Amino acid sequence: MTGYLDGNMLAGPLREIFAVDVTAAVGQCAACGTSGSVGQARVYADGPGLVARCPACGHVLMRLSRGPERAWLDLRGLIYLQLPVPGGGAQD
Amino acid sequence: MARAAVLGRLTWRVATVTALREETATARTIVLDVPGWPGHRPGQHADVRLTAADGYSAQRSYSIASAPDGQRLELTVQRLPDGEVSPYLTGTLAPGYPLELRGPVGGWFVWERGSPAPVLLVAGGSGIVPLMAMIRARAGLPRPPPFGLVYSAREPAAVLYGAEIPERAGRDEGLRVRYAYTRRTPPGWPVPAGRISAEVLDAAGWPPERAPSVFVCGPTGFVEAAAGLLVAAGHDPGRIKTERFGPTGG
Repeated sequence: MTGYLDGNMLAGPLREIFAVDVTAAVGQCAACGTSGSVGQARVYADGPGLVARCPACGHVLMRLSRGPERAWLDLRGLIYLQLPVPGGGAQD
Repeated sequence: MARAAVLGRLTWRVATVTALREETATARTIVLDVPGWPGHRPGQHADVRLTAADGYSAQRSYSIASAPDGQRLELTVQRLPDGEVSPYLTGTLAPGYPLELRGPVGGWFVWERGSPAPVLLVAGGSGIVPLMAMIRARAGLPRPPPFGLVYSAREPAAVLYGAEIPERAGRDEGLRVRYAYTRRTPPGWPVPAGRISAEVLDAAGWPPERAPSVFVCGPTGFVEAAAGLLVAAGHDPGRIKTERFGPTGG
């Protein structure tokens, strides 16, 4: 299997959109139910956008494309994203 | 841990090249001064962007090689023959040149300096770069956890940080280093060149019973082979973090 990049490369492109690091988040694949960190996804960058696939089943987890003034983010392949939110939230 | 929460806006910064170090015939360390650099954790990346006169731009993510040190940052870049970005960085770039970058990015393939667990680092080729940031950051700690490094390279001439790693290991009992070669060994090497083996990984001295934190970085095939061997040897997959270099990262 060739042609894919490491999920950790999504860190920069996703930080253009989110104020937290999404590659450290845990997500669950909507197709096979495998959970893992976004940084472990397989990323295909050959097309106009970035496509992240589940390392276990190959299902598309996330698609990100970026235009000059907007970004499109398709998360339909993820059941959830579990993001670290340290410090107990409102008590901070 | 506040840094893991809401991060500042990720902005492109203009760094200045302050020095260059040729590591091998095809790899170079770029020393940068980055005004406003917010600091980084070992294992994180910086994104580099090159823009041509006609506006065409290309962007790549490179692992940071240096320990956190103010606004000083080092990247080690391996030249890929068909790359769009790495030939410029390893060829044309000279001291005094500006370089556009942003970061740090990535929060998963990161060694937390407060963690007391022993650490097993497994590098394939230029996968040594983010692991070197961990080794360098460890050296600055008052009571650092023990580290083992298994470094698999194509041949002796392809080894990065060839003087620094043995020098560090020679004066620090807490850093144990094992080399392996996939194509050509040094003269008199006890084992023939070949793919990474369970024996070499085991010889680094961190059996699963010690529950080390494991970081594996290298080309995809290497990472999959090494992670597979580690899991087969009994290491908890939940303690193994991997980072792959794809074939198109150049």
